[in-house]
Amino acid sequence: MALLKNGELADDIYADVRELEDIPPSGAILVSLRQWDSQRDALLARHESIGIALKSDEKPELIAADLEQFDTVALEFPAFGDGRAYSYARLLRDRYGYAGELRAIGDVLLEQLHFMHRVGFDAFLIDSDDAISAWKTALADLSVWYQPTGDGRASAVELRHDSD
Amino acid sequence: MYRYDEFDSKLVNERVEQFRRQTVRRLSGELNEDQFKPLRLMNGLYLQLHAYMLRINVPYGTLAAKQMRQLAHVARTYDKSYGHFTTRQNIQYNWIQLKDVPDALADLAAVEMHGIQSSGNCIRNTTSDQYAGVAADEISDPRVYCEIIRQWSTLHPEFSYLPRKFKIAVTGAPHDRAAVKVHDIGLIMHRNAAGQDGFEVIVGGGQGRTPFIGKTIRDWLEPEHLLSYLEAILRVYNLDGRRDNKYKARIKILVHQIGAEEFTRRVEAEWAEIKDSALKLPQAEIDRINAYFAPPEYEQLSNETELLARQGADNPAFHAWCAANLADHKVAGYAIANISLKGLELPPGDMTDKQMDAVADLADTYSFAEIRINHRQNLVLPSVRQKDLLPLWEKLTEQRLASANIGHISDMIACPGLDYCALANARSIPIAQEINERFMDMDRVHNIGELTINISGCMNACGHHHVGHIGILGVDKRGEEYYQFTLGGASDETASLGDRTGKGFPADKAVDAVETILNTYLHYRNSGERFIDTYRRIGMAPFKEALYGSA
Repeated sequence: MALLKNGELADDIYADVRELEDIPPSGAILVSLRQWDSQRDALLARHESIGIALKSDEKPELIAADLEQFDTVALEFPAFGDGRAYSYARLLRDRYGYAGELRAIGDVLLEQLHFMHRVGFDAFLIDSDDAISAWKTALADLSVWYQPTGDGRASAVELRHDSD
Repeated sequence: MYRYDEFDSKLVNERVEQFRRQTVRRLSGELNEDQFKPLRLMNGLYLQLHAYMLRINVPYGTLAAKQMRQLAHVARTYDKSYGHFTTRQNIQYNWIQLKDVPDALADLAAVEMHGIQSSGNCIRNTTSDQYAGVAADEISDPRVYCEIIRQWSTLHPEFSYLPRKFKIAVTGAPHDRAAVKVHDIGLIMHRNAAGQDGFEVIVGGGQGRTPFIGKTIRDWLEPEHLLSYLEAILRVYNLDGRRDNKYKARIKILVHQIGAEEFTRRVEAEWAEIKDSALKLPQAEIDRINAYFAPPEYEQLSNETELLARQGADNPAFHAWCAANLADHKVAGYAIANISLKGLELPPGDMTDKQMDAVADLADTYSFAEIRINHRQNLVLPSVRQKDLLPLWEKLTEQRLASANIGHISDMIACPGLDYCALANARSIPIAQEINERFMDMDRVHNIGELTINISGCMNACGHHHVGHIGILGVDKRGEEYYQFTLGGASDETASLGDRTGKGFPADKAVDAVETILNTYLHYRNSGERFIDTYRRIGMAPFKEALYGSA
């Protein structure tokens, strides 16, 4: 697996401890919502980087009050066709003002990177030998966007009436 | 008509080239069928019983003559010289080769057409009243907002992997010809006392295995908020719609399970958050799109009632065609002319390349180069001078496109059924053809009067059987095709779901059952009463007795 972040290959600093009974005493960790809810104080006392991974049926409102505690929020796609996390991403960015790393994990298809980027994901854990060129292709495929999604891309409507 | 600007053209062309690259990867084996499937579906390419099927959108049913000619070209060049118009204002090509699909899509892009989102769990082609902009009873032209919805929904990054497919229909007339109450979202335009337009928002209608009539969740929505409100509905659905069972994944099930009141509460709460976001429609954009739908340059004419009466007296077949196939135009001296695709030669909705070319020519000559497709699988020439109706009819007759049966028994909706479709349990087309043959006597057809028969080859209900005055559903019963009947369905402003008559009939008895139902109607009807009204007045019992004998 490769971690793409802002279009570059990046090291995954997190130990994925979601399935572990005993969390290692030090180092950056990626935890589950269940772990966060049950061990919140202990996790905070570590003073290490924490990422949280939400399953596709765990809505971001569950962590909205704690967002400043996380350096990464990872949203899981259990299957590429389960599109709930696209809405979760928009809620995290637009509604809850989350500005940290938003990572797509699970069944992430290269063809979906473009849409994921548009809704606010900036990091992707993907299965690809050539993640950089997959990323470039995905982003270059389309250059017109009809919807405003707060991703910085101007929509066709905005461009049409720019000079108005 | 709307014309693409630089942004629209660029998007569609980029999409074609993207799909061309994906197709090359599939043909070389780099992508396997599982990996390719979601990509082809998003571009309207299905794998059917015998071959690939390509579905192309006709946005809100509006087609320029030039586009119709290109559809003929695609049929001739890449398929078996015909196409099939569907109930969703689409056209399907049933025999296309995968290697040809990118070229076909490029040809279509050249005339501003595409198959984007004509399948997949995303927002499908937005449909509308086939008489939009010309109907005498229209309050406001829905095409402007259909186009706005088309653009907003195209490649929407948040809503391309919904729990299930999603269909939006819009009407701007009190008589609903777009079946908006059996769509995921139906929008009805109203005008208030101040002369402003607004939308009534209906959610959760649908057919399929579990049919529902949609519920009104908002009586009045100002146009500037259209997209934010749609986005709120879609977001609630994307988040809360069921994903555990594809047969329970449509929005109608969510609305039914949590109740319209709770659903409305969730939508309104979401909307409150995004109402004043960038989704608010600038008046300049509404005006820009509206300008494309400015009426053509109509001549100042008078209605030709006398001329048509005289021509009809000389020519009973023309008279019958006028009586069944014309609708009132908003401009004096013009008529809306329907072209029936329910003749004897071809299955419902099918059209040859030659017929397409001929209709394109007729549109150029008689109807400001514009054609419409309706959800009952027929075509419309929206603005024909009444004095041109006779020559138009003569030319349609030459093309075998002059069936005088719009709104009558042989104007059936039928899905492709087991002849083409991988999901079907039974054939639909042969039943439609048998009904057509049995009811060839046009005097009898016109005596029966307004009637819709809708036929589906499986419970997915693509043939809209739930909302046919008479609905026919093909089922498989121990390896044999059986046909179940429903009575009393309707998809207009009085929308209702049909009631089951009882046990089904084998294929060779199905059309006899239609005759029995109609004889019962003719026996009980009051003078001038339509089938649906008779059924609503007398109920199921007399029909049941006629079909199955007294209990």
